[in-house]
Amino acid sequence: MATAGLSSAPGERVEVDIVGVSKAYGRGSDVVHALDEINLSVAHNEFVSVLGPSGCGKSTLLLLVAGLLSPSEGSIILQGRRVDGPRRTNGIVFQDAVMLPWRTVVDNVLLPIDLMGEDVRHYRARAFELLNIAGIADFAERLPNELSGGMRQRAGICRALIQDPDLLLMDEPFSALDAMTRDEMNLELLRIWERDRKTVIFITHSISEAVFLSDRVVVMSKRPARIIDDVVIPLPRPRAVEQQETAQFNQLRAHIRNLIQH
Amino acid sequence: MPNRSSRAVYLKLMARSLAMRRYEGAWISSFWALGLFCLLLLAWQAAVLALAIPEIILPSPTAIADYLIRRNELFLRHTWPTLIQTVLGFGLAVLGGILLAILVSLTEIGRRGIMPLLVIAQIVPKIAVAPLLMLWFGLGDLSRVLIAFLIAFFPIVINTVSGLGSISREIELLGRAFARSRWEFFWKIQLPHALPYIFDGMKVSITLAIIGVIVAEFVSSQRGLGYLIIFANGRLDTVMMMTSITVLSAVGLALYGVIALAARVVVYWGAPKEA
Repeated sequence: MATAGLSSAPGERVEVDIVGVSKAYGRGSDVVHALDEINLSVAHNEFVSVLGPSGCGKSTLLLLVAGLLSPSEGSIILQGRRVDGPRRTNGIVFQDAVMLPWRTVVDNVLLPIDLMGEDVRHYRARAFELLNIAGIADFAERLPNELSGGMRQRAGICRALIQDPDLLLMDEPFSALDAMTRDEMNLELLRIWERDRKTVIFITHSISEAVFLSDRVVVMSKRPARIIDDVVIPLPRPRAVEQQETAQFNQLRAHIRNLIQH
Repeated sequence: MPNRSSRAVYLKLMARSLAMRRYEGAWISSFWALGLFCLLLLAWQAAVLALAIPEIILPSPTAIADYLIRRNELFLRHTWPTLIQTVLGFGLAVLGGILLAILVSLTEIGRRGIMPLLVIAQIVPKIAVAPLLMLWFGLGDLSRVLIAFLIAFFPIVINTVSGLGSISREIELLGRAFARSRWEFFWKIQLPHALPYIFDGMKVSITLAIIGVIVAEFVSSQRGLGYLIIFANGRLDTVMMMTSITVLSAVGLALYGVIALAARVVVYWGAPKEA
């Protein structure tokens, strides 16, 4: 899987294939249907956002792809193999980027490697390089409680990238940040992603964020979540903040807002 | 700790934690407490002198200090066994408590079977069991250590269990996604996460261990500060009694201080929060 070149556009090869997936929690009369008949394909190196109202089951979808939950119905194919558990080729970024407070930032980035039981020394240089790209190399040997929310989230992204995953799963990673930090983090994420292309599934409830980042935006309904529409974002890359002011950007945003409201 | 170069980083973090006051003004507040304490001693001394309170009712602080200096050899002799038995009972409680907590946290039998029993056993007044233990294990040091162990044990178990169990959902998911084994997750995440909780338990536990030993010495003993208190009581020797209590308090304070200091070094990242 060494195809991640500098400018490799989303290929035709399907990386993730979600086929007829439904997920229900609980049983009997307490049953909650989180997802209903989801069909979705994500191409290799494609950046796809999943957008929907809070609590609609977007995160459930992400956990299913990550192999941390199993679907009630349907199946998920990842790189040609059916998902039946977590894989090391996935990187996951969570909403709060919770760090282990007793480990320095660099050792938090190395946590997945350490948990896998591999020799962290082989990955130390890479960890520093990632922190450098994320602009927090100066904090590598500090404890996480000395970081701001934005810096912690950057470290969270480094942690997700440490084992050079093929698929990056991001669950509303910037939703806890203030608006200014969030814009900055979006740019930062794109910068990292342009350098080192991955297939990304990005969960969010911000329309602007989804449009700005993605190749495609998948719009979901309220619970039980169905896919309402699948909007291709033809904005050229690399993207810049100024694009957010263009008519095209605003049209896409208005179009998606309409989809959600109806 | 992952490797040698980072070991130095962690040693530095520990040293910094040791040197750092938890919050600004801690020196000032301890200065206030010390000042108030001295003031109380002065008032006590003044009251004893002014009201001419007989020594058998309430000896003055200077009388106690004087007695301690004059008979320091006696107090040294009786402090030793109390101290050793306290430390032994406490050590057993820490060891046994942590092991049992691990069993409770990691196994089904532990969680469903042992934990409810522990909660119930916690309600039993352990001190009431002291005479029974003496009956079973004799009047020697072993019984006193066991009583200290029994009474000091519960805060360790309960705290460790809650520390091992309070891992955040994100970290738990991360563990499930990457941890090679249950043990890997336990050693690298659960146990270090529980450390602040364990130390909080130890701070409670050490004072309970002292109570255990003293009560055991009350019940039956020929040495120790508890014995000295009972002995002095029998002779209506209030000075000796209060001096024993003073020494006992100093021992308790010192032991607590050692634990607090150890906590500062081991839990160099501060109080339990998130993760």
